[in-house]
Amino acid sequence: MYAAELVGVTKRFGPVLANDGIDLAVARGEVHAVVGENGAGKSTLMSILYGLHRPDAGEVRRDGNRIVLRSPTDAIRHGLGMVHQRFRLFPGLTVAENIVIGAEPVRRGRLDRAAANEAVAALSERYGLRADPSALVGGLPVGVRQRVEILRALYRHAEVLILDEPTAVLTPGETDRLFEVLRTVAATGVSILLVTHKLSEVLAVGDRVTVLRQGRVTGRFTASETDADELVNAMIGRSLTPPAPRRARVPEGEPLLEVRDLTVRDADGVARLSGISFAVRPGEIVGLAGVAGSGQRELVDSVTGLRGAVPGVFLAGTPVLAGRDPRVAYVPEDRHGRATAPGMSVAENVLMGAQRDLASRGGLPRAKVRARARDLVDRFSISAASVDVPIGALSGGNAQKAVLARELTRSSQVVVAEEPTQGVDVGVRERVHDLLRTARDEGAAILLQSSELSELRDLADRILVLYEGRVVAEFPGDATETELGRAMVGATG
Amino acid sequence: MNVFEWSFLAGVLTATTPVLLAALGGLLCQVAGVFNIALEGQLLWGAFVAVVVSDLTGSAWTGVAGAVAATVLFSALLSGPAVALRADPIVVAVGLNLLALGLTAFLMRQIFGSGGTYSSPDLAGLPDLGELGVDVPVLREQSPLVPVALLLVVVMATWLTRTRSGLRLRAVGQHLDAAQAVGLRVSGYQHGVTLVAGALCGLAGAQLSLGNVTLFSEGMSAGRGWIAVVAVMLSGVYPGRLLLACLLFGVAEAFGFRLQGAGLPQQAADAAPYVITLAALVLAAVTRRRRRSYEHA
Repeated sequence: MYAAELVGVTKRFGPVLANDGIDLAVARGEVHAVVGENGAGKSTLMSILYGLHRPDAGEVRRDGNRIVLRSPTDAIRHGLGMVHQRFRLFPGLTVAENIVIGAEPVRRGRLDRAAANEAVAALSERYGLRADPSALVGGLPVGVRQRVEILRALYRHAEVLILDEPTAVLTPGETDRLFEVLRTVAATGVSILLVTHKLSEVLAVGDRVTVLRQGRVTGRFTASETDADELVNAMIGRSLTPPAPRRARVPEGEPLLEVRDLTVRDADGVARLSGISFAVRPGEIVGLAGVAGSGQRELVDSVTGLRGAVPGVFLAGTPVLAGRDPRVAYVPEDRHGRATAPGMSVAENVLMGAQRDLASRGGLPRAKVRARARDLVDRFSISAASVDVPIGALSGGNAQKAVLARELTRSSQVVVAEEPTQGVDVGVRERVHDLLRTARDEGAAILLQSSELSELRDLADRILVLYEGRVVAEFPGDATETELGRAMVGATG
Repeated sequence: MNVFEWSFLAGVLTATTPVLLAALGGLLCQVAGVFNIALEGQLLWGAFVAVVVSDLTGSAWTGVAGAVAATVLFSALLSGPAVALRADPIVVAVGLNLLALGLTAFLMRQIFGSGGTYSSPDLAGLPDLGELGVDVPVLREQSPLVPVALLLVVVMATWLTRTRSGLRLRAVGQHLDAAQAVGLRVSGYQHGVTLVAGALCGLAGAQLSLGNVTLFSEGMSAGRGWIAVVAVMLSGVYPGRLLLACLLFGVAEAFGFRLQGAGLPQQAADAAPYVITLAALVLAAVTRRRRRSYEHA
């Protein structure tokens, strides 16, 4: 008997068949990975299991019995718990309050804070999930917040725990700790459903793997008996082409981007970047590594001109211009904030910034705009129903391709890319990397900020490591992850 | 202690109470994430109904009860569209504020036969605490609703921090989806606070027309509901801070009366409390934001 089962689950959203007769079974105490590209139907499937969507056909079973889930409340009652990718926490409440809410201990009509703190401390102890019960959640690092989410599910007696892309927001160290926790939790008999598209994680922590593609199950594996190639095959229906060999030649020419002794202070005078110097030459990709909050945001904002005309930043020998220097192509991390206007159409988004080229007699001819947009959509193989749909309706991978389409066709010599493959699947990741390599081969100077070390190692010619606002180390592109990881946490040597 | 001091302090309390009662309702709504800027209209409506009912029955307390009931009904006009139908609460609230203004003026002519100001010997005002045997100098000439309002500040602070429903209410206001995800009936809480805010505005209105004075005049809420809105926005979710903000208005209004006595033109004296309150509240908010940004760095 399985702890949880989805049998023949089908779900349709308008014309899209998100889940097509999916069977998925999770045994007690098992870590079961669910992998697939963006849009493969993972999220829909998990939403059905958590009562957020109701299936058109098929059923959900718990311990062999059919259950009907009308809402997350029903799911909780049936021992299901979910840690969403976007945390569902209350920033102004304490850790303990966040965990017990919905099932609070009450004594004589009052909230029993002592009992709540005790219960939370006991759970923390039992599963090795350290968190101070009386700390306000709003001030906690992301890794700890995630623990609070997991503790909440365990407090509500979850026997099946769904985690949606739990490592997307974590540093490598936090990821390792999470995996230890998941093993501990699973050892107590809780079943874990781990939704991810990072194959290394699947192989590291999963017991069994179910692969989805286009709403169907395309593979079921035992983690110890499979490998990344086999999983990729099932995920995208073909093998990945091996990465282009690293070029041996040293990039030459005058730097297109040069940073000299750059220091940036925040509003209170605290230095966020100190004494940064480096140069990026034509045809070169320089990687930027560092634990989140080490000064990446400030550096990117300085280089793109978003921080104003900061002294010390030069583009092709002249100072950077305030407000988004047109000589820089910028692929922001925040896809629906900085990178796109989610409510505007694909056409408007891919051509934003190019309006002057398209304008005629004070207006924007619609036909011309749409023709140009369609051309970009084809060239960058963006799948969208039409160029008139809002870009916010596209999957993460397609939205990202649209951002690249806009930025890489700007004829800017310098490209700044922030987490360019965050939250996209392996297929899109490969495509994004190809696009960046092509830009490099055409002579662009690229600054690539990424928290994924394998990405930096695949693409960068050199990798700079930021730590507390300083460049503490520089490595060749083939540095090991251990070397990089040590430098990222300030361990020198 | 000289009489001047006590009477000034008493004036402060009198001026504070209607604003405070309305603001407590606004605070509850803010805690639960309902944007309620219809306090002004509800305050006026409450003041009107209190006078009508008191005039008809000859009982001030029946007037208070009537005002509370009628304002709860009135606030359902906000909670229905804004909570159940997810309409824009600002648009709905603006509509309600205008409705209260027009409806009270219209009904006044229908019921009392003329506009402007209505007062009559049949109209029973709330008794003074002195008549009820309270012999504290500042409270002697206050209506019983004054200590009630002060007590409500404590009750609300305790409720929000110490009880289960208070915790849930705060949760609903902080993250609607998360509250839903942990199984809270979000719209129930939001309807609830909107209606309770209606009841508090009813009390505020009754205090204004039967406590502070014993009459009704068109538009007599005179922006007090808006002062309450501003006080709520600037004091966040803390009843203690809210009390301070409202007291500030009370001090300014009492001070305005003094100035008028001292020969300041009436218009200037009338405007003084609003100007002083707004300036001080904005200043307080700016300083707080500065400090907060420093703490975050």
